[in-house]
Amino acid sequence: MVIELFCAATVLLLLSGVPGLMTSRSCCTGERVSAVMVVAGSLLGVGAALASFGASPVIFTAPWSVPGGGVLLRIDPLAALFLLPVYLVGAFGTIYALGYWSQREQPATGGRMRLFYGLLVGAMTLVVTAAHGLLFLVAWEVMALSGFFLITTEEMKEEVRRAGYIYLAATHTGTLALFALFTLLGEGTGSFAFPAAGALALPHLATPIFLLALFGFGLKAGIMPLHIWLPGAHAAAPSHVSALLSGVMLKMGIYGIVRLTSFFADIPPWWGVTLLLLGIISGVIGVAFAIAQHDLKRLLAYHSVENIGIIAIGLGVALLGRSYGLPLLTALGLAGALLHVINHSLFKSLLFLGAGAVVHATGTREIDHLGGLLGSMPRTALLFLGGAVAISGLPPLNGFVSEWLIYLGIFNSLESGTLAVRLTALAAPALALIGALALACFVKVFGAVFLGTPRSAAVSGAHEAPLSMLLPMGGLLGACVFIGLWPAALYPALSGAVACWSGGADSVGPLLADSAPPGALSATGVILFGLLLGGIFFLKRRGRGAAGAATWGCGYARPVPRAQYTASSLAEMLLSLFRWGLLPREEGGKVQGVFPRKASFATHTPDAVLDRLLLPLCRGAARGCTWSRAVVQRGSTCFYLLYVALTLGVLLTLSTLLGG
Amino acid sequence: MIGRSLLHLLLLLLLSPLLPGVIGKTKAFFGGRVGPPVLQPYYDLWKLFRKGFVFSDTTTWVFRAGPVVGLAVPVLAALLIPFGALAAPAPFTGDLILFIYLFGLARFFTAAAALDTGSSFEGMGAAREVTFSCLAEPTILLSFIVLARLSGELSLQGMLGPSLAQQWGRGGASLGLVLVCLFVVLLAENSRIPFDDPNTHLELTMVHEVMVLDHSGPALGMILYGAAMKMFVLGAVLVRLALPWETGFLLTDALLFVAGMLLLAVVIGVVESTMARLRLVRIPQVLIGTTMMAAFAVVLVLK
Repeated sequence: MVIELFCAATVLLLLSGVPGLMTSRSCCTGERVSAVMVVAGSLLGVGAALASFGASPVIFTAPWSVPGGGVLLRIDPLAALFLLPVYLVGAFGTIYALGYWSQREQPATGGRMRLFYGLLVGAMTLVVTAAHGLLFLVAWEVMALSGFFLITTEEMKEEVRRAGYIYLAATHTGTLALFALFTLLGEGTGSFAFPAAGALALPHLATPIFLLALFGFGLKAGIMPLHIWLPGAHAAAPSHVSALLSGVMLKMGIYGIVRLTSFFADIPPWWGVTLLLLGIISGVIGVAFAIAQHDLKRLLAYHSVENIGIIAIGLGVALLGRSYGLPLLTALGLAGALLHVINHSLFKSLLFLGAGAVVHATGTREIDHLGGLLGSMPRTALLFLGGAVAISGLPPLNGFVSEWLIYLGIFNSLESGTLAVRLTALAAPALALIGALALACFVKVFGAVFLGTPRSAAVSGAHEAPLSMLLPMGGLLGACVFIGLWPAALYPALSGAVACWSGGADSVGPLLADSAPPGALSATGVILFGLLLGGIFFLKRRGRGAAGAATWGCGYARPVPRAQYTASSLAEMLLSLFRWGLLPREEGGKVQGVFPRKASFATHTPDAVLDRLLLPLCRGAARGCTWSRAVVQRGSTCFYLLYVALTLGVLLTLSTLLGG
Repeated sequence: MIGRSLLHLLLLLLLSPLLPGVIGKTKAFFGGRVGPPVLQPYYDLWKLFRKGFVFSDTTTWVFRAGPVVGLAVPVLAALLIPFGALAAPAPFTGDLILFIYLFGLARFFTAAAALDTGSSFEGMGAAREVTFSCLAEPTILLSFIVLARLSGELSLQGMLGPSLAQQWGRGGASLGLVLVCLFVVLLAENSRIPFDDPNTHLELTMVHEVMVLDHSGPALGMILYGAAMKMFVLGAVLVRLALPWETGFLLTDALLFVAGMLLLAVVIGVVESTMARLRLVRIPQVLIGTTMMAAFAVVLVLK
């Protein structure tokens, strides 16, 4: 039953864009049919995922004529947990697109966008359920390529094409590593089918397999310093696509690492330590880069790097728990990481959809050109605020719950008898720093975009988003509040997934509920909501008929919007603390003379890895190749005959040396 | 549990405005003045809650949410910590993280409310507040790691519970460092000299006060009350750490705690009277130095 539901859902999703290709470009039947198909497919899929939480894993096999291939699907609690965000965000994104990227407004690109959107969502459901290396790689490639076509939806813009090519290069480099990874794995196990959890003992191949997985999957997940494709791609894609890419597709990389590490019977301690350190680096540097951004969507993209870092910290704690035989660390760390996977998919999609509504209404992504949108877009502002509180990890929303679990995992390492494990505790202040920086960044974003007074003419004419865009955002915020107020609802699913990962210990559920009681969080959340509503109601009643006045400008009677504190000035103080790593470029700003002329000032923070390291390296390599080609390709026949003769000579020598 | 919660809340709600009063009196003593009466903050609150509002025309409901969150958070946080030997009413495993993040929530909304006015001064205040907190938060976490490691508990009640007196014997050096670090954080988080001067005249140099410039009437009262309660709650952690004794009788325990809080207020007053305000660029250096001290404390107990 589960497998039929799942297959029907996947077929519906994969084909959802096809009917639209056959309708006229000017009519909106195609987009409606596709929306209905995606929503129906997602509902079926959610049903399948929920049904497979309690039960034993569902397995589906079918023959496949490809040599060494086989269709082998397995839906276990771990896969089901990753399926949920795919369906949820996929469906909400489609509904959102009805208003945001409607066929009427975008006749040229709407059809192909929907085709690849459906393919991407469907392929991701196959990625997390495939239990066979070849099938996994095929699904992975379909996902990666649909991602490319979605990012380049607006291919007429140069910036978009550039982001698309960088993404394509990055994702194929990752796939190359995955080819090697599955070949090695197949070498070790004798077949391409995935081994059972905790069953694999490959003392010699384990290290290369883990390193390849870290590189291949890390490139997809966007772990620093492999995040190069991420900021550009997320900024260039349409917002609901960014939501899907950032909220869900990055998690496929995390899924890969989680699934792969589950195979091994013995996990060396350095795996956990590596992930922990990479997580801390991604978290701190990712959020620091986010603070430095002026582009709303690039900023959100860097926050994905930060959140992937938090997930990696949780995974690192869980791996250390496996290495040292500490089930409590494993349970808390992995449950926190997996819950953060779900949470991040919810609030990051919400924020990207909110950013899309802002871009749709104002036509700019530049934070310093916005301001005061709460007046014209009150509902979008409230929804965005919810997402901002959630992503800052603040109670009573969902982001806090997952970070809390990871913190508890870290703190429980203090009880261990090994000093190496106790050192894990030092990840806690790093996580606190990440949280505080994220809070600062979202104060800046929400304040500069929605509060104060409009900073440009584009903002003054902004309009509230239509219902088709507000509803998906509302649904996502509802899910955030639900998890924040009732985390106990997800504990069974989480403990099932943890048990599935660590090779089936049944005591995970009680362990988790005992060491991280969810009831207290619910109670605090409800009390907090009550107090806040009561307080605001009191102020509203008391403030009725209050006098209005201009904001106190220290005696300056005619304040102008340009005198407001900008997002850049808000971030300046924090950035000065991170100057050593961010290396921002500053232009202008020097005021000269007694009666200075008009001056301008601009700051720009290029990406440390892509813009400062990789692109110069590639440019150098290209220059070297050009030079060597000019030397070798001289255009006269005698040189080419010389090359042939030389090559033959070298080959003959080699063959006699090796063969003889 | 309800009785204990009520006692906790009564102590918090009734005594918290006393702290700024005592600090003011101490500073007046050092300045050779008579100063306002110790109960002056109560009179101020009473006056403010009866006044009307003036709202800036640019502000929205976010502006009103700031004071509300600032008032609700310390009340909730107070239920998680022991007041001296009086046990916390609602402890649970992992509440130490909730304790820290609740204050984060208050910071988020206070700063957002400041930005809602569209004034550059309030923006400056918001930027400074969130920046300094980024530097203070790792210190609190490191201090809690020390307490958790020594006590083997993961709730504030367990960490600051009856076994605290023995822990001073086992890890006295670390706890001493933690005490100093938390005191510095207390000064920074409650905008006291040397980090911030609540009485300064120039908006350009303020941190916390400039964020709440535009609030008036009951909303301003809520902010002042919330700030006093925040100092009370953070101070209670410090006082418990410094005076870990229990007498076994409710009344004497309560009196010991109140005496400790008053002593803390006098100490803050002495610090404020004898130190100058730090230059703004020096504040991050002091906070990072404090973090390093807390890291030393952790290293001492981790081995």
